Amino acid sequence: MATDNRPTSPHIGIYRWQITMTMSILHRATGIALAVGSLALVYWFIATAMGPASYATAHTLFGSWLGQLLMWGWTFSLFYHLCNGIRHLFWDAGKGFEIKDLYASGYTVWVVALGLTVLTVVLAYMKGGAA
Amino acid sequence: MSLRNPLARARGLGSAKEGTLHWVGQRVSALALIPLTLWFVYSVLLVMHGGYEQARTWMHAPLVAVLLVIFIGTAFYHAYLGLQMVIEDYVHGAWSKFGSLIVIKFICVLVALSGIFAVLRIAFGG
Repeated sequence: MATDNRPTSPHIGIYRWQITMTMSILHRATGIALAVGSLALVYWFIATAMGPASYATAHTLFGSWLGQLLMWGWTFSLFYHLCNGIRHLFWDAGKGFEIKDLYASGYTVWVVALGLTVLTVVLAYMKGGAA
Repeated sequence: MSLRNPLARARGLGSAKEGTLHWVGQRVSALALIPLTLWFVYSVLLVMHGGYEQARTWMHAPLVAVLLVIFIGTAFYHAYLGLQMVIEDYVHGAWSKFGSLIVIKFICVLVALSGIFAVLRIAFGG
């Protein structure tokens, strides 16, 4: 084909690292993580529907160190994807494309997402016991 | 190999037609998930230490059950649209692409309906 050797846009490998591109990659990564996490969510609903014994089993699993680690990861993924998703919705509305605004909204996403994650984890442990 | 250029091959086939629906669906589901997710996280924080009985009592309430069904449905719809984009971006073999798209769709429908069924079972159960 005549068009095969046309120049392509610069490949990711030659870009200087920027926070904006990290955030974009992380949006997709947290989205995939949340898709996996939603399996755990449905497992919790099913375990609750099946009765006290399976509910207890689910809580033992979620309460294990691996379960806790995953819950923290999913909590952060959730708030990051939520906050950055709102940032995306503003872009879709045509707002916030100035470089200055991009960085301001980007740092805001980090602060709010990390803040909500810490708040949720603290509240989750406050009354004692594991998730 | 065809000697016709790409434009000539595409001409007359029409637009894909479904791209806009995908784009809008992803954004509308995102919008719905903002309040639904915040409500869900807040509610789980409230009931998580109450054990089996409290979790069940919570899911048994009609408004909660309806919101949970909407939440599960919307979340898996949004998840499928996102995963579909990821696959379309990175998986290029015809069989592997359509194979993984179909598998992801089946899993999403199966898991979403299982979750909804579990919630309804608690909601309608004793």
